[in-house]
Amino acid sequence: MSERTFRVWRGDADGGEFAEFDVAVNEGEVILDVVHRIQAEQAPDLAVRWNCKAGKCGSCSAEVNGMPRLMCMTRMNLFEEGQTVTITPLRTFPVVRDLVTDVSFNYEKARSMPAFAPPEGLQPGEYRMQQVDVERSQEFRKCIECFLCQNTCHVVRDHEENKPPFSGPRLFIRAAELDMHPLDARADRREQAQDDQGLGLCNITKCCTEVCPEHIKITDNAIIPMKERVAGDRYDPLVWLGRKIFRKDKAAKAE
Amino acid sequence: MSDNDINEVEHLSCDVLVIGAGGAGLRAAVEARLAGKSVIVISKSLFGKAHTVMAEGGAAAAMGNVNANDNWQVHFRDTMRGGKFLNNYRMAELHAQEAPDRIWELETYGALFDRTADGRISQRNFGGHEYPRLAHVGDRTGLELIRTLQQKLVSLQQDDEAAGESRDRLQVIDETTITELFTAGGAVKGAFGYRRGTGRFMAIAAPAIVLATGGIGRSFKVTSNSWEYTGDGHALALRAGAKLINMEFIQFHPTGMVWPPSVRGILVTESVRGDGGVLKNSDGERFMFGYIPEVFKAQYADNPDEADRWYTDPDHNRRPPELLPRDEVARAINAEVKAGRGTEHGGVYLDIASRRSAEYIRERLPSMHHQFKELADVDITAAPMEVGPTCHYIMGGIEVDADTTASAVAGLFAAGEVSGGMHGSNRLGGNSLSDLLVFGKRAGEYAAAHASAAESPKLSEAEIAAAVEDALRPFGNDGENPYALQDAMQQINGRLVGIIRRAGELEEALTELAALEERIANVTAIGGRAYNPGWHLALDLRNMYVCSVATAMAALERDESRGGHTREDAPGMDPQWRKVNLVASLEDGAVRLERKAVPAMTPELLGLFEQTELSKYMTPEEYQSSPTEEESR
Repeated sequence: MSERTFRVWRGDADGGEFAEFDVAVNEGEVILDVVHRIQAEQAPDLAVRWNCKAGKCGSCSAEVNGMPRLMCMTRMNLFEEGQTVTITPLRTFPVVRDLVTDVSFNYEKARSMPAFAPPEGLQPGEYRMQQVDVERSQEFRKCIECFLCQNTCHVVRDHEENKPPFSGPRLFIRAAELDMHPLDARADRREQAQDDQGLGLCNITKCCTEVCPEHIKITDNAIIPMKERVAGDRYDPLVWLGRKIFRKDKAAKAE
Repeated sequence: MSDNDINEVEHLSCDVLVIGAGGAGLRAAVEARLAGKSVIVISKSLFGKAHTVMAEGGAAAAMGNVNANDNWQVHFRDTMRGGKFLNNYRMAELHAQEAPDRIWELETYGALFDRTADGRISQRNFGGHEYPRLAHVGDRTGLELIRTLQQKLVSLQQDDEAAGESRDRLQVIDETTITELFTAGGAVKGAFGYRRGTGRFMAIAAPAIVLATGGIGRSFKVTSNSWEYTGDGHALALRAGAKLINMEFIQFHPTGMVWPPSVRGILVTESVRGDGGVLKNSDGERFMFGYIPEVFKAQYADNPDEADRWYTDPDHNRRPPELLPRDEVARAINAEVKAGRGTEHGGVYLDIASRRSAEYIRERLPSMHHQFKELADVDITAAPMEVGPTCHYIMGGIEVDADTTASAVAGLFAAGEVSGGMHGSNRLGGNSLSDLLVFGKRAGEYAAAHASAAESPKLSEAEIAAAVEDALRPFGNDGENPYALQDAMQQINGRLVGIIRRAGELEEALTELAALEERIANVTAIGGRAYNPGWHLALDLRNMYVCSVATAMAALERDESRGGHTREDAPGMDPQWRKVNLVASLEDGAVRLERKAVPAMTPELLGLFEQTELSKYMTPEEYQSSPTEEESR
């Protein structure tokens, strides 16, 4: 056990400041353990959002020494003895209080994301899919909605003006998931990502992939394939002609 | 938001109010909205973060995709055996019959389960299930379930929008806690709570309410449950006049991590022992050989040499005693720790590192290895783990009608872990996810029907004012810090009402809990109302308290051992007790316990079992009245 110093941002939408806490840290603890100890012993009203404390729910996102992280998965032994640890709320979203931010942006974007479209004529129990085909979408369904990718993405991180047209990496993988779903009946997922979600604003810096605690290859497996196919379709004269003749969303799915 | 806003109570109304946004609550909301009702879902956390995400194994449903011999009758039999025949048989029957449809319809919402070679939903083996039965997605089935239902709710909202319906036909109000139910004339009429973010109060008038709040695990020091599991629904139901059954039955998993603190309570899968891991005490002794009960001596090895040969030659050797049933292993660990042979942190060692190569461990237990490496920097290939029993699930809960999920209070329904009866004295792995789908759907359906026949209720200023006063009381108190009180309660439950119980210790627990009551009433919150976790915990404590008392009282009353209730001073099952449910209610603020008969199985269902099996659980009069297997077939 050792005594360590933590700087925790405290405040609300109107502003705030760092509070300094000297806290006992035991061997084998994570940042969230320390935050809980601060709550229990020094600041019972310290606001922090958390649930499972096992890296499965994606609630306890924050920035630790400037790095976007899940507090339950940030071990204290990552830091030098004697090093002050600074914990701040996610920067991209408005502060509610202390370490808690208003992440409703993400839920609003999800609400405008067209849902899974069940295939016509198939009754429940009649769905047949191969494991190898569902695995592509399953990778994206590992997402625990911690929104660290959304927080990190420089398109919106310091650019409030980009928030209306830009849904962000979390929703791009949702679009990719549905695009690759073997039985989704909509054929316009990529166009929808390009036209309605602002996929074009992404310039593939891979920051989202780097912070993903589930190690989802957001950029390589979702964003790039969608960009490529959108580009391919748009510049292919036959596809262009086809789109002029048939409405894309009424066309049968190619596979 | 201005002070003016915060001090004004927000008034809402709907046909069906769903409290809880885990699997059961979301499934209920889908059904109630599909029935045309306006629905509000209250979520204590953010939308999609419910404890359901923690479920790993899968959802049990007799689809017969992997073994065509499976059917609902087999699933029903397994469920009743697992619950030691204390289950509400009708719930177990409906559950087994309807689970496949509930899983299949998730695919139409977009769920992507793992597949069989012929493209159907794959099913895996699990303890207590006769055939491979658990639909799964790797080891993250609960996440798939919650995300699928979350996305289904959003799609219903989009349908409403497309149809020109107003947004309030289906609302999810997140980070909101309900502190009170309003009743009149024996029926519910609404609820009261606060938005965690602002502290603003909310009163919701609703003729039908579904409780889907999950369990009580946070009352124990070592638990696999998240912070939300404070028994809110159990306590709200009690205070509204409903009843709880089977509160003594709590499932403890024998091997939860006890150290380091970052992973305390997290489960270590049974496969660690199946793949060669052994349990050792602080003297380095492999102690399980000393804990093989007489009835298991034929199947379990009494020496290390034979036990170790079993891994490669199971046909000619008896099994290692580390693989005894969960309650036996947990009892042994408990005894070692109490005898002073525990680890520094109150557990025992689970050692696979010294017995298998690092390569083998990484190959056989990849997710365990990865999880502990990432969360705790513990390398299970290099050092033993420190493990002990962890509180996992409560079988007990709100007494409901099997078909409708209705409680004793008109308009109040319950589904999922908060309800009681379905699992009897012990739940099988995999039966929880299917339970919340089957009964979540039924709760939504019957709550919608109830709302159709009911008048729109009115809430009075006086009852709202009283609820406001109750909720604000901790700010005016001059008592203790809520975290200290929670810790005290967890210590009592962990020490005296844990996995192994004795009459004397349970009496002690009740005395110590009673001494806490006054201190909890005087719990103090400091700071403001906006996102103040200390205040939130202060309000949760009374719920945890009343659940703890109900559990300790029922555990003291039931002097037998069955499923998730082990009395060291009353070992073994007593057929007379199998016929009895302990029913808790609240009378003048105090928990009262009464005995009530367990519903008797129909002759048709009794006929699914051999009489020799029934004779292990029942009195001769009960099973001899059943038709023979031939007659019923």
